[in-house]
Amino acid sequence: MRSLARLTPVLATTAVFLAGFVLCSLAYPNFASLRVVMNLLTDNAFLGIVAVGMTFVIISGGIDLSVGSVIGFTTVFLALAIERWGVPPLIAFVLVLVLCAGFGAAMGAIIQYAELPPFIVTLAGMFLARGVSFLLSTESLPITADLYTHLSDHALRLGGGARLTVPAIVMLAVVIGGMVLLHLTRFGANVYALGGSRAATGLMGINVARSTVLIYTLSSALAGLSGIVFSLYTSSGYSLSAVGVELDAIAAVVIGGTLLSGGYGFVFGSFIGVLIQGLIQTYISFDGTLSSWWAKIATGLLLFAFIAFQQLTLHLARRSRRAPAGVRP
Amino acid sequence: MALRLPRIGTSQIVALALILAANWVVSPQFFDIRLQDGRLFGSLIDVLNRGAPVALLSIGMVLVIAMRGIDLSVGAVMAICGAIAASLADSHPLPVVLAASLGAGLACGLWNGLLVAVLRIQPIVATLILMVAGRGIAQLITEGRIVTFTSPELAFLGGGSVLGLPTPIVLTLAMMALTLLIVRGTALGLMIEATGGNPRASALAGIGTRLITVAVYVWSGLCAALAGIVASADILGADANNAGLWLELDAILAVVIGGTSLFGGRFSILLAVVGALIIQAMNTGILLSGLPPETNLVVKAVVVLAVLLAQSPRIGAQIAGLGVLFGRSRSRRRS
Repeated sequence: MRSLARLTPVLATTAVFLAGFVLCSLAYPNFASLRVVMNLLTDNAFLGIVAVGMTFVIISGGIDLSVGSVIGFTTVFLALAIERWGVPPLIAFVLVLVLCAGFGAAMGAIIQYAELPPFIVTLAGMFLARGVSFLLSTESLPITADLYTHLSDHALRLGGGARLTVPAIVMLAVVIGGMVLLHLTRFGANVYALGGSRAATGLMGINVARSTVLIYTLSSALAGLSGIVFSLYTSSGYSLSAVGVELDAIAAVVIGGTLLSGGYGFVFGSFIGVLIQGLIQTYISFDGTLSSWWAKIATGLLLFAFIAFQQLTLHLARRSRRAPAGVRP
Repeated sequence: MALRLPRIGTSQIVALALILAANWVVSPQFFDIRLQDGRLFGSLIDVLNRGAPVALLSIGMVLVIAMRGIDLSVGAVMAICGAIAASLADSHPLPVVLAASLGAGLACGLWNGLLVAVLRIQPIVATLILMVAGRGIAQLITEGRIVTFTSPELAFLGGGSVLGLPTPIVLTLAMMALTLLIVRGTALGLMIEATGGNPRASALAGIGTRLITVAVYVWSGLCAALAGIVASADILGADANNAGLWLELDAILAVVIGGTSLFGGRFSILLAVVGALIIQAMNTGILLSGLPPETNLVVKAVVVLAVLLAQSPRIGAQIAGLGVLFGRSRSRRRS
């Protein structure tokens, strides 16, 4: 019973998604097809991957505003490395992932050792990553490597024109991997502990510094992976790509039921949060008359609804029993 | 050190002077100011003029940050208010246009303030909602187009001049003076600092922290509305997609450069405005020097990191520790 109550926010999010999907299907008979679902996965693959990393960061009580810029940097770096410098794509992938992971580790180290708020450190990281990608190139660079055409042709055909593409497969793998890492490993338990109380976590003998650095390393590395997927999806690299994705990812995580104050949340919820945002976009493109700015307003309204819901449940929980130790005021 | 000097922000003013000097090195005409058609022209005036929107935003932001808050929505509020001003300008008299636009800014600020103070949502998240939805609302107002207007009265607010000074500078100075009068002329500033320093103790001491929190976000909304009007009047139109884009970050950066801690407490409105000028002087300098404008973001990132590390409680303590160590060894040597 208690574990069921723990899952309420995720169940609510899933219910909202299913209700939204049914409503869309009633409005447009073609909507309820495997093809639409598969496209939903493909179109939002990069966001889903980033949202998994963001879930870890937010559960640990932090925030990462740099992910959108890291995606932009990754696409530009890949385009230059593969097309201009003649690096084989697979080696370029490894290189860029190492670079991104190092970048995240540096941000995590500054947050940990300089005791600065994650929000402002990752804000500086956001400027830096975007600035470096501008310096690399301000043009949109096409990527024409064989591997790219091969990978974008490659897909699991599911019948009815539905294709499970490589980006979608990568996202699903990351979501499952994220769930395992967060819910079944010691590192995952540390992430929850950090979000509950940093001081108590340290007193419990957990290496706070190592965990913090690892969390931001993971987030940036996943942003790098997301950038690889994004470049596969668009077959190009552009320094202005994925502007504002950090906000979409945070919104997805919050809609997915993760507490922004940390200590509570699920990777699966963030995945559904991404799908809800994708659903709104798909509905708008099916409708044809609604403009894309309605997506922003709808996302804002959903964010508000879910945060208000969170505050309400927190309030009720505090009323029913005394505030648990370590909850920050 | 018995006599403590009041904070005059020596480091910020030295930084600004150094950047201006660097600008003068790359462009010898930097300090030339000439009077033409009753308006001052020159690179220095340009820095002040272009810096006006961020300076306006930072006036509101510094109060929010002093309360341990943050307002991410100011860029979106700028877009909303600019869109309202631009779409009403040709059909309504100026007072109506201003009232509608500033009223929208107040309403946005009130929304943020209520979310933070009454629903007790963290400021980053509470203002994130309007940051995401606000640009959509602005596009709703402009119907997705770039709205242009021809009203000379509104255009005056962006391109005109009063006693030779461009109007944006005059408006910024007026807003700064008004804010200083309200905040420092009364005990309000002290209450804001107290609340930022320790919200619970302040509430116990009888400060109406909730009301002050709402008021501070409302003021930030108002400043953002004014910045939106100036930005719109400057380009004779409103672009809901790009107006005020990323300016919230510049405003936060200006406040941080101005020495106000993100952990709340003591603040300086004047130094936040100096911070905004530092940012603009860097932008102008990079443009004048012929470096690619793309360098801008990297330079900004490095500056913000340097300022933050200097502000960091831990690193500050270590530097102080080093100082003590050196001081000791020196005194030992002397003895």
